Amino acid sequence: MIVTLFLRLYINIVSRINHAVARPVRELGDIVLFMGRMVRALSGIPRSVRLIFDSMLEIGVRSIPIVFVISLFAGATTAWQANYQLEEYVSMRILGTAVSKSLLLELGPVLTGLVVAGRIGSSIAASLGAMRVTEQIDALSTMAIDPMRYLVLPRVTASVVMVPVLTIYSYFFGITGAMFVSMHFLGVSHGIFIFGLRHYFYISDVVVCVVKALVFGTGLSVLGCYYGFKATGGAEGVGKAAIRAYVSSAVFILLSDFIVAALAY
Amino acid sequence: MEKIELKNIRKSFGDERVLRGVDLTVREGETLVVIGRSGCGKSVMLKHLVGLIKPDSGEVFVDGEEITGYGEYDLFPVRKKFGFLFQSAALLDSLSVKENVGLGLTELSESSPSEIACVVENKLALVGMAGTEDYMPADLSGGMKKRVGLARAIAMEPEIVLYDEPTTGLDPIMADSINELIISLKHELHITSIVVTHDMISARKVADRVAMLHEGVIIFSGSVADLDATKNPVVRQFVEGRAEGPIRPAYRRVDGERKCV
Repeated sequence: MIVTLFLRLYINIVSRINHAVARPVRELGDIVLFMGRMVRALSGIPRSVRLIFDSMLEIGVRSIPIVFVISLFAGATTAWQANYQLEEYVSMRILGTAVSKSLLLELGPVLTGLVVAGRIGSSIAASLGAMRVTEQIDALSTMAIDPMRYLVLPRVTASVVMVPVLTIYSYFFGITGAMFVSMHFLGVSHGIFIFGLRHYFYISDVVVCVVKALVFGTGLSVLGCYYGFKATGGAEGVGKAAIRAYVSSAVFILLSDFIVAALAY
Repeated sequence: MEKIELKNIRKSFGDERVLRGVDLTVREGETLVVIGRSGCGKSVMLKHLVGLIKPDSGEVFVDGEEITGYGEYDLFPVRKKFGFLFQSAALLDSLSVKENVGLGLTELSESSPSEIACVVENKLALVGMAGTEDYMPADLSGGMKKRVGLARAIAMEPEIVLYDEPTTGLDPIMADSINELIISLKHELHITSIVVTHDMISARKVADRVAMLHEGVIIFSGSVADLDATKNPVVRQFVEGRAEGPIRPAYRRVDGERKCV
C-alpha cells in the first residue's frame, strides 16, 4: 500500500513537471512553425504593399503620441534620479552621458517595445482572434487567399520597420525631457548637458539600440499574430489571446534584451 | 467521374468522434442538401471539402483528384473552384461590402479596379443587394450579410458553392429569398451546390438529392420524394420534426462518443 501511494505520488509529480515543461516547449515549437509559414509567404510581399503601409500607419504613426509621453517622462525621471545618485561622487558634466546611455541602450528600446506590445501586440491578437472565432480567417483560406500573406505579413513587416523608428523618436523625446529637467531643476546648463551627451556617444550604441528594437518589433508582432490565429472559444478566447500576446511579448522583450546586451558587450 | 467524393471520412476532436465513416458523392451540376441535427457534424463534413479540416482517415476527392493530404499551398488551386457561404457570412469587418465582394478579384486576379467594380455591382444586383457597396458589415442585418456573403462566394465564378446553414437565423421571408437565390444560381451559373441545413422547408425547395447525417454516418441518400417515402424511423422523426422517437433531444457522451440518449 505504501508502495502504491509512493508510486502515485511519483507519477503525479512527474506528470506535473511534464505538463509544466512540455506545454511551453510545444508552444515554442508551434511558434517556430508559424514563423516558417510566415517566411514562406514572403514572396507575396509585392501584393501586400498597400496593406503594409496601412499597418505602418497604425503601428508607427499612431503610436507616436504615447511613445512621446512615456519617453519624455522616462528621460526626465532618469535625469532626476541620476543627479540624485551621482552628484555627490562625480561632476554633473557626465549627466548627459548617463541619460543618453540609459535611453539609448535600455530605456528607449525596452519602454518603446513594451508600449507597442501593449498597444499594438495585444490589439493584433484581439483583432485576429476575433477574425478567427468568426471564421473570417477560414473565409480567406477558402477564397485561396493566404491568411499569412494577407494578415500576418503586413503586420510583422510594419512592426519590424516602425519599432526601430519609434525607438529613435523615443530617444530624442527622452533627451528633451531630460534636458528640460536638468536645465530648470538640477542646475545643469544646456552646454554642460550636451557636452556629456556627446562625449561618450558611440555609433555602436546606436547599432545595439536599433538591433534591440528590430528584435523586439519582430517578436511582439509575431506573438500577437500567433496568439490571434490560435484563439478559440468566442469572446473569452479573444480576450485570453490578447493577454497571452502581451505577457509573452513582455517576457520576450526582457529576455532578448539581456541576450542582445550580453552578445554586444 | 463524380464532382466530389468523400470516402470513409473519420474525424475526432479529442475524445469526441464526430464523423465515423462518411461516404458521400456529389454529381456535377446537382444540388445536394445534407440534413441532420444541430451539432451532428454537418459543418465539419463541409469543411473537409475545402481542406479547412483534415480527416483522421478516409479520402476526399474533387474532380477525381485526391486532396486529402494536400498542404495549404497545394490546396489554393483547388479552393479556387469553390465558393463558401459561411453560417455567419464571415464578412471581413474592416472592409466595406464592395471590398468584401471584390476581395478575391483584388487579391488573386489582374483585373482593373473598374472591372472589379463592374463584377461587384453585377453580383450584388444578383443577390438583391444593389446600392450597398459602401456599407460596412456592421451596418447590415443577418440576412443582408448572408446575401453579401453569397455575392462574395460567387464573385470568382466558382464551379462549386458550399452553403453552411444559409437560412439559419433568418425570418421565413428572408429564408425563402435565400432559397430562391440558390435555385436561380444553379440555373443561371450551372454550379454544383452542397447545402448543409436543418431547415426542412429549405431542403425540400432547393434539393435535387438529400442526404442525412446522423451520429457520424450518412444514413439516408435519395431524392425529396424518397425522403418523404422512407420508413427509416430516424429520418422520419427528423423530417417530421417530432421530439418523440428514436432520436432524443439531449446529447451525452457515452464511451467517448457523443450519442443521442
